[in-house]
Formats: sequence, C-alpha cells, structure tokens
Amino acid sequence: MMLNVSDLKVRVENKQILKGLNLTVNAGEVHAIMGPNGSGKSTLANVLAGRDGYEVTSGSIEYDGRDLFGLSPEERAREGVFLAFQYPVEIPGVNNIYLLKAALNAIRVHQGKGPLDAVEFLQAVREKMNLVKMDESLLNRSVNEGFSGGEKKRNEIFQMAVLEPRLAILDETDSGLDIDALKTVAEGVNTLRNESRAIILVTHYQRLLNYIVPDYVHVLSDGKIIRSGSRELAIELEEKGYDWVRQEAKAA
Amino acid sequence: MTEAAVSHYLAEYDQFRDSLSSPWLAQRRRTALEYLKIHGFPTRKTEQWKYTDVSPITRRNFTLGKAAPTDVDETFVDSLRYSSLGSHELVFINGNFSAELSRNVQLPHGVTARSLQSARTENAALLERYFTHEEIGHAFTALNTAFLNDGVLVHVADETELPAPIHIIYLSSQAGEALMSHPRNLIVLGRQAGASIIETYAGTPDSEYFTNSHTSILGQTGSRLDYYKIQQQSRRAYHIDNTRIRQEADSRIDCHSLSLGGKLARCDINVELDEPGAEVNLNGLYLTNQHQHVDNHTLIEHKQPHTVSNEHYRGIMNGHSRAVFNGKVIVHEQAQKTEAHQSNANLLLSGNAEVDTKPELEIYADDVKCSHGATVGRLDENMLFYLRSRALDENTARSLLIYAFADEIIRDIKFPEIRERLEHSIAGELLDTDLIEEFIQ
Repeated sequence: MMLNVSDLKVRVENKQILKGLNLTVNAGEVHAIMGPNGSGKSTLANVLAGRDGYEVTSGSIEYDGRDLFGLSPEERAREGVFLAFQYPVEIPGVNNIYLLKAALNAIRVHQGKGPLDAVEFLQAVREKMNLVKMDESLLNRSVNEGFSGGEKKRNEIFQMAVLEPRLAILDETDSGLDIDALKTVAEGVNTLRNESRAIILVTHYQRLLNYIVPDYVHVLSDGKIIRSGSRELAIELEEKGYDWVRQEAKAA
Repeated sequence: MTEAAVSHYLAEYDQFRDSLSSPWLAQRRRTALEYLKIHGFPTRKTEQWKYTDVSPITRRNFTLGKAAPTDVDETFVDSLRYSSLGSHELVFINGNFSAELSRNVQLPHGVTARSLQSARTENAALLERYFTHEEIGHAFTALNTAFLNDGVLVHVADETELPAPIHIIYLSSQAGEALMSHPRNLIVLGRQAGASIIETYAGTPDSEYFTNSHTSILGQTGSRLDYYKIQQQSRRAYHIDNTRIRQEADSRIDCHSLSLGGKLARCDINVELDEPGAEVNLNGLYLTNQHQHVDNHTLIEHKQPHTVSNEHYRGIMNGHSRAVFNGKVIVHEQAQKTEAHQSNANLLLSGNAEVDTKPELEIYADDVKCSHGATVGRLDENMLFYLRSRALDENTARSLLIYAFADEIIRDIKFPEIRERLEHSIAGELLDTDLIEEFIQ
C-alpha cells in the first residue's frame, strides 16, 4: 500500500471541510476523485502536498508506511509526492528551467544520486518536453509568468515528467483546457503511468477520464467519499449528476 | 539643534582653504552660507524631510580634515572597479582626486572627464555658466556649494559617442576624525551625444563619515545617457545625494539608483523634461537591514508635450530598518501627450522593519497616459508553497523569492559586470547563497 488515508478530518478557517475521508492507493493505480465544487477535493490535494492553513483535527495519512504529517512539503516532494496545481502560481524573476533543475537535483541528492550538471540536465529534459509538446521558449521564462492557462498546465505535467514522482496528485488539471490541450496533457500523463507510480486525478468533470482511464473512481461529497467504483461510475455520474449519488448515499 | 550645527559649519568654513577660488564661486559660496544661516537644516517639520531625521548628521561635527591620506587600501579600491568594461576611472579619496588611483583617464576626442581642480582653469567658463544658474534649494546643497572643493566635470561634445563608461569612485575612509566630503559633479551631454556614467560611493568598512554629493546633468537635444548611482557606503556612513537633471528635446536618460549601504542615506533625483520628446527612466533598488535608514525622493516634471517618464523603485527591508519612498510626478498644463508611469514595490522581511511610501501624481494636462501605484507586502505564501512543493528548502525558497524581487530592477542593466556584481552581492546577503547563485544567469 502506497497511500493510506484514514478517517481524515480537516478544518479550514474553522470550517470543517473533510469529515472522515478514507482512501487507499496502491502503486500502479490511477484513482479519480470526483465531486462538486466545495466537496473538499482541493483540500485533499493540498493536505497531501503539505500546504499551510489546513488544520487536521483527526485521522492519519500514511505514505509508504510513514506518517505524512511528519514531513514538510519539501520532504514530501523529495520522497516522491508531486502536486500538479489547479492554479499554478506565477513567480516573476524565477527562471522556469532553473527551478526544475534545482528541484530535480534536490530530489536526486535526497536519493543518494549526484546532482546533474547543466548539460546532463538539458539532455534529460529535452525528451520530456516532447511528451507534453512544451514550447522550448517557455523554459527560459519566469515560472508561469505570462503563460496561457494551457501552457501553465502543460508546464505542471512537464515538471511531473522530469521529477518522476511516485505519487502524483493532479488537481483539476483539465480545467481551462481546450480539447487539443486536454488530449496532449492526457497523453503525457498516460505515458507516465507505470507499475511503480500512483496517480490521483482530482476533477469535477468526467471529460478528462475519457482520455486518462482510471482504475478507480471515488465520489467525494460534503467531505466524505460516498461512493467508489470503476470507470463506469464516472459515466453514470455524468449522465445522472451528483444529486443522484448523493440521494443514493443518503438512502443507504 | 540646527543652529548649533549651522555655527559649526560656519566655523568650519573659516578654516576652509578655497582651492577652487574664483570670484563667481566666492559669490556662490557666500549665497550658500547665507541660505544656511537663514534656513538652517531641515527638521521633521519640513514636509520633504518628514520621515527622515537628519539630526544624527547635524549632531556630529564632521570636519573637512587634511589632505588625502596616503595609506589607502588599494585592494579595496580595486574591488570597486569594473575592469572588464574598459572604463575611464576617476578615483577620489575623502573628496580629493587621486591621480595615482585613477585609471585610463585618456579620453577620446570631444570628451572631457576630469576633476574640477583640473577643470577650473581650462573649463572655467563652462563651470561658471552652469554653477551660477543653479538654485540652492536646500541646506545640503548650500553646504555642498559652500565647501565644494572637487568632483568631476564630464562634457561630451555634440554628436560624440563615448564607447566605454566613465566610472567615478568616491571612496571615504575614516582618518581618526569623522570626515565630511562634498563631491560635486557636472555632466553635460551635447546634442546627439551618448555616454554611460557610473558613480560609486563607498567607504572602508566600519568607518564613520559624511558624504554630501551633488550632481547636475544636462542632456541636450537628442542625447542619450545611461547613468548609474551605486551607493555602497559603510554601515556607519551618512550619505546625502542630490541629483538634478534637465533634459532637452528627444534626449533620453536611463538612471539606475542602487542603495545598498549607509547608516542614513537620502537620495534625491529631480528631473525636468524641458522640451518635447524627452524621456527619463528611473530605476531604483534599496536594500536595508539592521538599523539602516534609506530615503529616496524623486521629482519628475513634465513641462512640454510628448515627454515620457517611467519610474520603477523596489525596496527590501529587514531587521529594524526603515525606508522611505516619495515619488512625485507633475504633468504641467502644456505637457499634452505625456506618458508617465510610476511604481514602487516594497518587501518587508521583518516585523520590525518599516516603509513609508508616497507616490504622488499631479496632472494639469488633459490628454495624458499616467499610472502610479505602490505596494507593501511580505513574501507570497503561494509562491513559497509552490517552490517547496518542488523540493526546495524553505530557506532556499525564501531567498530565491527575495532575490527575484530585487532582480526585477537589476536584470536589465546592460553592463554584465555591474549586473553580476550586484546580483552576487544581493545573493550573498541571503541564506543558501550557493543555491541562489545557480539561478543567476
């Protein structure tokens, strides 16, 4: 078991957002977490990555058998946790490719490998660029500065390709993408699927799941996973809407 | 308080041996002393000095001292040079020109760059013409005029382009007593002339002194000046710097003011865009720590149509330091089609640091494009989290963001050696310097 979230309760600014969430993810699996706005999807993604401002009132998260809460965001990243942001922040003055090199080398050093020099790094990066059809001109710009919505999301997946995380959380990676960009990003993610890597797709819409087919689909509503199933659940959800599954959960 | 200071300087003036003596200058000095007697030094009741208390300067009785000390640390002077630029370097020690330490003083035909002491006979008419028309304006200009002894005259003839920059280094070092110096620069660019000029103000570490400099710049029609002010005074130094710029038609001046040192520093830049098509770009960066106090005052006057100004100042305050930014832009009634943009951004790194920022825009014309804005903030938590989620240590992430904030001002500096030295000196102040330096291109 790679990730075990157990009875997770989280408050944000005194408001209970997650109310006892359970989730188990194994290496090699792709899980989709679907839910309406305000259901707690992004809270889960941010808590996994270690963002401040989230008060865990009970429950636990084990990652590779370790208590995830004992690790800072940077330690999690070095241990292989990667969050593709819903809204990647623009960082003027910080060079995109230099950041990626610093990130990769921090991870490599943590793994006991030596840092890559500039030449080795560029070789390693070049093939990954094609994966998401990254425009080379974006590499030497400031992180996300002036990028279009699609370029920002591509940059996230490009970083994921370079950093090769063990657990990737993609927070609404599909939002704001036109269909061509969505296909490109999805192809990139599919290429990165493998037996040792787990992926959590957080999404509002099932459209993304036409291109990245998950092994499991979970419906998150009002801070809890109220239903889990296979890919068909997402299709059913698309047809019947979130109210349907909410009613069913209440009845049960 | 200021009366005692005035008496001290009047007494000091009685000791002053006027080595630049000429009738017109003697007259100017008398006017300046009169001004000082009448107005005294500014106090915090003076609007323009509301946030900057100069009593630490006026309380100390700075003196002129004797001739240049001979035991100047040459390696320190060398550390201030930009050797890759092939610049013409004029070095002053405690306000006195040092021929031995100056380098490459031969200038191409049509260009004059020399100490005022050597200019006083050959360029007497020029000096008289510019100096006698200058308004006094405030006590420190009066003090500078009364005690002015040396400085630099730069004159670039019409249609002359100076390939290498002129670098003026004012180095102070304490020689037992707390010394003052009053450097005076006059820079005249002829029609269609072009030049780059760097002023460095520095002092040997831990020395206490007072530098009161004054620079006048005239950019004639179509001229172009790339101008740098690098203030890296000792942490115990007092620094007052006044710059007055007047620009004729289609001239352009890019000014980079970098305030890194000093215990108390005040830098005023006043610009008059006197004729159509004149453009000025003021970039500034101030970094303060411990108990430093740095005050930047700028005034840009758009007096004629089609004039352009862009002003962009940034500050980073740490420790118990305090910074002041006051930027005023006046668009006069006849200055239609003016474009004036001003911004001031401040980063507070400590709960004990403070900044007072006051952008002012006065517009009396109706067909103009103007904008201004000021921000004061701390490091952005979203950016910090993003960097940490990409495996960067919290300290590295903080340093990187601070560095990036400052680099917005210096990354466009066209001389690589100046840019890189500034970048390294900023990175050197931060945690995880080695990692940050990787980001310096």
